[in-house]
Amino acid sequence: MGNKQTIFTDEQLDAYQDCTFFTRKEILRLHGRYHELAPHLVPMDYTNEPDCKIPLALIVNMPELKENPFRNRIVESFSEDGMGNLSFNEFVDMFSVLSEMAPRELKAIYAFKIYDFNVDNYLCKEDLEKTLNKLTKEELTPEEVELVCEKTIEEADLDGDHKLSFADFENMISRAPDFLSTFHIRI
Amino acid sequence: MVQEEARSLPLPPGPLMTKSESVLSPVRLSVRSPADEEGVHDSFQQLIAEHSDNGAASSALELQQLQSDLDEESRDNMPLSGPEHEHRRRQGASDLECDGGEMDPIQGEGWSSDTLKILSSMPSRTIGRNRGAIISQYCNKTLKLRRRRQTRPSIRDFSPSSRPSIRSYGMEGDTTDAEVSKRERLVNNLQNLPVSDRVRMLRGMPLSVAEKKEIRNLVMQKEKRILSNKKLSCCSQLKYYIIIAARKSWYSWLSFLHSLQPWQTLLKRVSGRFGTGVLSYFLFLKTLVFFNVFLFLVTGAFLVLPQAVHPPYRDTTSFSGLELLTGAGSFSHTVMYYGYYANYTLPRRSRDEGGGQNASTLTSDSQQFSYNMPLAYFFTIGMAFFITCIILVYSMSKTFGRSFRINKSNSILTMKTFSCWDFKVIKKKSVQIMSENIGTQLKELLAELTQKHTKSTFCKRFCRLMVHGVAWTICIASTTGCMAGVYYFSEFIHKDLQQNHRNLYVNPLMKEAKLLSLPTVVSVINLLLPALFNLVGWMETYESPSVFAYVAIGRNLMLKMSMLGILCFHWLGRVAPEYKSIGLTCWEDFVGQELYRFLLMDFIFTLLDTLFGELLWRLFSEKVLKRKRKPVFDIARNVLDLIYGQTLAWLGVLFSPVLPVVQILKLFLVFYIKMSSVMLNCQAPRKPYRASQMTTIFITLLCIPSLLGASVCVTYTMWSITPSTSCGPFRTLDTMFKAGKHWMEILEKDNPSLSVLSKAHTYFVENPFFLFVGAGIFLIVIYFHSQVVDGQRKIISLLQDQIQNEGEDKKFLINRLQSVHKQKQDAGKRLKSQDSTC
Repeated sequence: MGNKQTIFTDEQLDAYQDCTFFTRKEILRLHGRYHELAPHLVPMDYTNEPDCKIPLALIVNMPELKENPFRNRIVESFSEDGMGNLSFNEFVDMFSVLSEMAPRELKAIYAFKIYDFNVDNYLCKEDLEKTLNKLTKEELTPEEVELVCEKTIEEADLDGDHKLSFADFENMISRAPDFLSTFHIRI
Repeated sequence: MVQEEARSLPLPPGPLMTKSESVLSPVRLSVRSPADEEGVHDSFQQLIAEHSDNGAASSALELQQLQSDLDEESRDNMPLSGPEHEHRRRQGASDLECDGGEMDPIQGEGWSSDTLKILSSMPSRTIGRNRGAIISQYCNKTLKLRRRRQTRPSIRDFSPSSRPSIRSYGMEGDTTDAEVSKRERLVNNLQNLPVSDRVRMLRGMPLSVAEKKEIRNLVMQKEKRILSNKKLSCCSQLKYYIIIAARKSWYSWLSFLHSLQPWQTLLKRVSGRFGTGVLSYFLFLKTLVFFNVFLFLVTGAFLVLPQAVHPPYRDTTSFSGLELLTGAGSFSHTVMYYGYYANYTLPRRSRDEGGGQNASTLTSDSQQFSYNMPLAYFFTIGMAFFITCIILVYSMSKTFGRSFRINKSNSILTMKTFSCWDFKVIKKKSVQIMSENIGTQLKELLAELTQKHTKSTFCKRFCRLMVHGVAWTICIASTTGCMAGVYYFSEFIHKDLQQNHRNLYVNPLMKEAKLLSLPTVVSVINLLLPALFNLVGWMETYESPSVFAYVAIGRNLMLKMSMLGILCFHWLGRVAPEYKSIGLTCWEDFVGQELYRFLLMDFIFTLLDTLFGELLWRLFSEKVLKRKRKPVFDIARNVLDLIYGQTLAWLGVLFSPVLPVVQILKLFLVFYIKMSSVMLNCQAPRKPYRASQMTTIFITLLCIPSLLGASVCVTYTMWSITPSTSCGPFRTLDTMFKAGKHWMEILEKDNPSLSVLSKAHTYFVENPFFLFVGAGIFLIVIYFHSQVVDGQRKIISLLQDQIQNEGEDKKFLINRLQSVHKQKQDAGKRLKSQDSTC
């Protein structure tokens, strides 16, 4: 843009605009935020798409994520290597999915990934226990957690395999009216 | 598509195919991704082999294979070490754990590695994981979209590779190339979509941005190549450039719009601290600002501006300062009020200006470029209401669809678990409160689920009913009392005005100040009665918090609507018919001023409420009561206040076209005041708040009693109340509605050939029959829609049954697979033992 230094070419910005739910300005702002996280690692000039990644520990410290009990899972779900290192593209991806404009289906897929702690493509009892403990900061007794898990699976499991597949999850999410507004982080 | 994929599988050995085809086909058809196809296919091939020779091994080769399988299995069962194996082991363990329920005996057994392999490559497990699966899924989606559109370029525009050909089928058999070709097909499909659809698809794809960018680049390249191949004619090249330029400007327009969105950072701060509930109040306020901006743009462009360019006469009264409060005085004869607007056709040239005020015709040559003020007034107000109504109904239906899904489910616990965490909240303390909330809510839900509903005794129920009855009686009685009070007070004011009119020696300033008494009384009632309702509400016990919220909203709404009803009666039934008796020349101006005063008083009392109800109460409870808790922001009551203010603004547009500006200013100030008050004085709400449902309800309330009430009043005024005879655009007419007819008559007189139009007007517009027909059609449409929804509900329940059946089938197949594998294993062992004995 008209800045003293070009961060992206017009072509790049167009591509971002087409592929995410952000406008040019927001992409530039996101780059600013990304750069802020690790000024010595991330170059200002992104015109030749440098290959650099920021480790999970730094990203998790963003004020938007800092207090979120699922912060590690969020970052991990969006990182290609599964370890939580995010390139700028993945960073943009993360906030694009969590933005207001993202459709329900897209949000549901990533929410499913986030809640799937053991990455087995099912939400089983173990995942549910972890989710509940994170949600309530371990305030429920183990028996209560157990009971909630059982009831939850009983309620949402459609095909009777005692764990929640993506289809079950999507079906449940499609009826939770607040999901769209709560699964949203303002950047 | 399905056929292609079926064909693309490498065929299993000939004779076996016939035997097991029926078992295989459903599985095969449901498999999408080539990578999965391979895995599933391999496993099934083994299964088929099993079936064909009934467990008896016939060749040494096969024996070897079995042996290796067994080895692999034993390796699988061995404890694995290292982080990369950890996950896999966990997965297996969790599978066992999750399926180790007592319900199904077969599931209790450990599954063999083959079964697990097949399970892990099932399509439902690869959703969102497997790139190939996603690409092929979107390939299908784009294809469907393309077929539906049917507006694509003809076949010769396709590049050769995009045309379906035998060769491409052959290529897909080769699984290493399958993903590449899938992607190529996706690119082709995307390229043939219109740009808006393409962007929508791209954005919605659950792929990483890098991948999306690559796909986009491929699409763009292809497009360019095709364009250059075609050797564009000059015209289409121009078209191409225009399209690109239009798109560019559209994007910059979008980002401009985005930067226009006010209060982004403030909203983020509020949502970070208070979550979705309080945020919804501010978003509602923002919506109201946009409605008012729209209203003002319309009235400003079509009424205020033309009239301000042609001022009819100058009548300057000195500015005393009280005008800001009363809206009267020197404000009276300005564009602010109805009375200022001319009833003649505004001339194009300014030399005609100042012509006779009551002149309704002008010379014919200027009529071509003239502006008929009465008609403009009538249609502007009408259209503004109509468009607002359409926007409201549209957004109402949209939020309805979003928040009340067709099929109400009973999976509350699941929803609580997965969708109640507010990812927006970023403040530590609020996060703490939220997790506590969720914990208690879950406990409550559990208690509800485990304990069967305890039957409350008759006495208890009776007591509760009594309490409800008393509460409602108090509320209704106080509301009725206030209504009666306002009724008599307004009558008293009216009588007082009549007397003052006869008595000429009254200080005009005093007279104006007196006008403020009615708005003050109403605002006091609006401030105090909700507090009383709150008190009464504490007395009652409700089973669910949502019922409690609805009851509170209902009571407040009852109060506000009855107040507005009484006031409308006062203005339209008392002031309008006998305006001369209280010394008015223009009752519309008076009503406009009254509405201005009401809006202002409402604003002042909102300020007072914020100051006393929030700031001072917080200080009091902190300093005196030594409590750590801060007051909670009452979202429902504040939103209802906003709705009340908006109703006043809508009522007043007819009488004072500039009123939306006042409302916009008011809303801006309210936004900042409430924002700082909330940040300073309030804490995150403890009660759960169903933001989306509440938003739906508020939008509905804004539409149904508020806008509907206002438009009924405005329509009544236009239809059957005689306007003032000496001011305003309708001064010579019986009712405002006659403006159209009057214009028609003039038109007919000037140009007899247009008499058809005038007749049409008499028959269609003035005939109530067509109104009935319109209403009837509207009702029929609503009825059809409700029927469609009903049908969809039935289909949904059918589909749910089907999902259950599929689940049963899946279990059956897995069990079958498992038992077959067992047989194979046994056979292997037997062979081994035979070998060893030999």
